[in-house]
Amino acid sequence: MTDNKIKTGSQQGWGLIFACWLIAMAALFGSLFFSEVMGLKPCVLCWWQRIFIYPLAVLFLVGMLPLDRSVVRYTLPLAVIGLGFAIYHYLVYSGFIPESLQPCSEDLSCADINLELMGFVTIPMLSIFAYSAIIALLLIFRKRFFQ
Amino acid sequence: MKKNIIVVATAILFVVLFVVAAFVYNNQKDKELSNASLAKAEHVQRDYSPKTGPLDAKVTIVEFFDPACGTCSAFYPLVKQLMNDNPGKVNLVLRYLPLHQNSDVVVSIFEAARLQNRFWETLERAYQTREAWIEHHVSRPEKLWEQLGGLGLDMEKLNEDLRSAEIARRVKQDMLDAQQLNVSKTPGFFVNGKPLIHFGYEQLKQLVESEVAANY
Repeated sequence: MTDNKIKTGSQQGWGLIFACWLIAMAALFGSLFFSEVMGLKPCVLCWWQRIFIYPLAVLFLVGMLPLDRSVVRYTLPLAVIGLGFAIYHYLVYSGFIPESLQPCSEDLSCADINLELMGFVTIPMLSIFAYSAIIALLLIFRKRFFQ
Repeated sequence: MKKNIIVVATAILFVVLFVVAAFVYNNQKDKELSNASLAKAEHVQRDYSPKTGPLDAKVTIVEFFDPACGTCSAFYPLVKQLMNDNPGKVNLVLRYLPLHQNSDVVVSIFEAARLQNRFWETLERAYQTREAWIEHHVSRPEKLWEQLGGLGLDMEKLNEDLRSAEIARRVKQDMLDAQQLNVSKTPGFFVNGKPLIHFGYEQLKQLVESEVAANY
């Protein structure tokens, strides 16, 4: 009985990390679907966002088998930086940041909208959603189960 | 451990979902592409385009090309071979899709040469001397100009004609049609109005042969 308690205790919060991993995996496969299957070329800003989401899929996986609570320390900074790029991309997309200020090569503009799901969901929006959800879950995890 | 199983199963699920989605998407895309070009048949061929091969051939290859495109140059003899392999049955229509910088000027030179009945000679010369007039994927029409000796071209007339409004209009129309037909890369092939969806020589050969079989 005591044994069991300790065991469940040590696994507390596993679901939160698992949820984070699901989001990161969805983002990984989703972005690969856009570029490799649909043939939408990723622009520079898309690549920056990929750089910070792909390792999360690996880190969460390693961090939950078995659960290592300090995974939050390694993943949260990546997610926050990624969210920064996602928000920046969204602003370029929606025109708040003028074309001349964006760090993209001329042949592939980051401001070109080449996909709108259901008429309004764009790729940077999906990216913001994924990063924000991961950050929210990690913050909950940190508050409840870390330290 | 139960959690291991959940995680492994989820990972497998992601991969399977990805493969299935890719398969479904590609299938649908193929169907859309062939339906789209059948519906847009008038964009595939225009009367003004250069044509070669027997006039009464029942199979027509339409090729959207860019003279600065290496694959177009490599395909030119292959397409000729396909025509020779099916004597009297296949002809070829060329259409312009000058995607490389300055290639629009190069195709205007071809059109101007066509007014002097030297279209195919000029095209072949351009393909043969590619290295002389293409620099870092940018066309240098002035360098191509130097390669056009010995073809019997009246260069003065050529220089005048290539600026004609009619030529500009044709090139523009070709590019608009390519856009309508979703041709964004060169060479873009159509055989009797059917698009070559999966690019490759074998695929093109099969498409031509199936059209020959269907029409003769």
